[in-house]
Amino acid sequence: MDEMTLRRDLERTWYVPRGVVGWFAVVDHRTIGRRYLITAFAFFGIGGILAALMRLQLAFPENRLLGPDLYNQIFTMHGTVMMFLFAVPVMEALGVYLVPLMVGTRNIAFPRLNTFSYFVYLFGGVMVVVALLVNSAPDVGWFAYVPLSGPDYSPGKRADFWAQLITFTEVAALAIAVEIVTTVFKMRAPGMSLNRIPLFVWSMLVMSFMVIFAMPAVVLGSSFLLLDRLVGTHFYNPAEGGDSLLWQHLFWFFGHPEVYIIFVPGLGIVSAIIATFTQRPIFGYTAMVLSLVATGFIGFGLWVHHMFATGLPQLGLTYFTAASMIIAIPSGIQIFCWIASIWRGRPRLATPMLFVIGFIVIFVLGGLSGVTLAAVPFDLQVHDSYYVVAHFHYVLLGGAVFPLIGGIYFWFPKMTGRMMSERLGVLNFWTLFIGFNVTFFPMHILGFQGMPRRVYTYPPDVGWGAMNLLATAGALLLVAGGAVFVFNVVRSCIAGAVAGDDPWNGETLEWATSSPPPVFNFLHLPVVEGRHAMWNRSERPPLVIGLRSDSREVLVTDVMDAAPAHAYELPQPSIWPFLCAMVTSAFFLGSIFTAWALPIAIVPLAVTLIGWFWPKRPTRDLPVREAAMPTLREAEG
Amino acid sequence: MRERTVLDVSSLPRFAFGHKGLVWWGTTGFMVIEGSMFVMALIVYFYLRLKVDEWPPSLANPGITFATINLVLVLFSCIPNALAKKAAEAFKLGAVRLWLVVLTLIGVANLVLRALEYTQLNTKWDDNAYGSIVWVLLSLHTIHVATDVVDSGVLTALMFIGPVTDRRFVDVSENSLYWYFIVAWWIPIYLTIYWAPRWL
Repeated sequence: MDEMTLRRDLERTWYVPRGVVGWFAVVDHRTIGRRYLITAFAFFGIGGILAALMRLQLAFPENRLLGPDLYNQIFTMHGTVMMFLFAVPVMEALGVYLVPLMVGTRNIAFPRLNTFSYFVYLFGGVMVVVALLVNSAPDVGWFAYVPLSGPDYSPGKRADFWAQLITFTEVAALAIAVEIVTTVFKMRAPGMSLNRIPLFVWSMLVMSFMVIFAMPAVVLGSSFLLLDRLVGTHFYNPAEGGDSLLWQHLFWFFGHPEVYIIFVPGLGIVSAIIATFTQRPIFGYTAMVLSLVATGFIGFGLWVHHMFATGLPQLGLTYFTAASMIIAIPSGIQIFCWIASIWRGRPRLATPMLFVIGFIVIFVLGGLSGVTLAAVPFDLQVHDSYYVVAHFHYVLLGGAVFPLIGGIYFWFPKMTGRMMSERLGVLNFWTLFIGFNVTFFPMHILGFQGMPRRVYTYPPDVGWGAMNLLATAGALLLVAGGAVFVFNVVRSCIAGAVAGDDPWNGETLEWATSSPPPVFNFLHLPVVEGRHAMWNRSERPPLVIGLRSDSREVLVTDVMDAAPAHAYELPQPSIWPFLCAMVTSAFFLGSIFTAWALPIAIVPLAVTLIGWFWPKRPTRDLPVREAAMPTLREAEG
Repeated sequence: MRERTVLDVSSLPRFAFGHKGLVWWGTTGFMVIEGSMFVMALIVYFYLRLKVDEWPPSLANPGITFATINLVLVLFSCIPNALAKKAAEAFKLGAVRLWLVVLTLIGVANLVLRALEYTQLNTKWDDNAYGSIVWVLLSLHTIHVATDVVDSGVLTALMFIGPVTDRRFVDVSENSLYWYFIVAWWIPIYLTIYWAPRWL
């Protein structure tokens, strides 16, 4: 078959449905990944506006811009939106878009689940934003401690919206985690053995495993909270044998790994960018992978360090102090490997690389304040103060947002076929970098001076005014940086220079296809010849042939060596995952108000699931049950 | 035209059983997620136990009749379950149909017994924290049983009305795997709900 015919056939087979119904039926990982990205950035914008409002309120002592009740809703929503609707989903969005490309396959595993995940996430986010607009947003902080969030102290439905938002976002995240694990383990291009998986893909894999083990705890915890509030269970009610600290354990058993769920993908982005912009393989691949995996494990042993002030037994706390310090080791190994990589190579200081350097500076500062917080006596002094606020913004913005923005500059050409403006990029970096430090560095000092977090104002005579005003000025600069970013994205979409397939001379397989990639990703699936797929490629690289072009076949390979095992037909576009997401969302929303939501939802839920999995037509199974292993051979081509 | 190295995969099979196939990975992924949830719920049970002196707190022990019958029934169901899995992996349609019907019926019987179990718990969810966690543990497991009964029912229907393809046999095999998962979890949950109050 010649290439033209093949291309036409694949385009027809892997079509992205059009029209209104088609929009809801899409199962293509690039489309869903793009929507996920745009949606997550929209929530980032909302969370950023809320942050700016808080900074304006705190700019002067006894400011009257926001009242205490609205301020409570705003700081809760800021944390909730940033953590649950921006940080985790945006990293997953990158994974959904990039992992299938980087491992060299045509779509993500379980594409319909992917669609389902997106809509559940979207509906959950819209729900809580609407709640804010009608003055019913959660106001109990982003970790919603009981008893404050329990039925006695939070009447009304605000805390319930929070609890159900958790369920929405966790269901969405768990679905993607399973897809990514399966895609990475079973759908890699032939030749991409475990020790050749790109570091970014490793980071996505570690993130997915952390999601799988961390999120069930918070789903259970927030469901208990909802049940306590709705049907009078007593999980968190000490008067009836419950326990308030149980909530903190369940929440932080998820909440601490959550930080790494956000930050580990950031590490993957940094490795991808450094390799490309030094044109050298990352120093210490094995050490990097082992550090990622170690971070994944140790991340589960830290949760009590959020609870140092709760009066838990001293001896137990020392373990968590030790674990909190130990986790600095794998992070340190990675930092040193990156420094070594930059040292050996000849770094090209394009925008993505600037963001990486910004990341290293900010993240190291955040890591250092983290080590101080791991010490119990120190932690008790600064607990719930602005020092903590400064610390986690250094870690999260430094560790995740800077790499992310750098990553967007890096992969934008792949996703859109156009380059982002480099001049605006540099401006973007400096406004964000300076704005960030001016905003958050003074908060360390405010913390030492005793300013508690989550206060809506403060009296003039405590002397916090100057630092707060400085922080607010920094925040305005951050807003300006955000505006530059949005402007650059929009402008580059319309008028950016044409990128070509591989503008950076990239290392990994996404650069082997056109920009933006075709609906089937690769005309022929690639065969990987080395750890650095693009750089190890021979002049005429070997290709996979023999996948059907008239059905959505992908190649399934084995876990260790990525040797071809069988071909497998992925499902067609379908409206059912969307309908199922609607029913699921209606159920989650309904259960805020009545326990009858469950019995009412069961039947439609079953119907939509059956519709989803019902085979559409006789599948084109070939009658091959035993087959010879394929081997490389020479052919005309 | 020049020669070019290619890897021809056209003669490979179009499906695979077990961990070689994608369905297994999806099923296993969700089993791990749900398993983590069960582990957490069990931890919560024993955590709450530590908070009070008396267990169950000023309530009678749960009755064990229906629960124990149910335990015996689900353990017995492993036999038809193994036969269904084996038949599926040998593409024996007749045997698959037979054992799927048997399994679905056992599942329905499980649910009927489960409904009776609730009447023997001797607590309600809003009595105290003990009652809350007992109801949640039992309900979490019941949701799994119910899901698998529906799933098995649909698969049974598909195996009768067709189209019966190779991949349907893979689905039957993975459905059996999931049923083992549900059976395996019933043992610690049964011991916790019904025997922990007597032993602790």
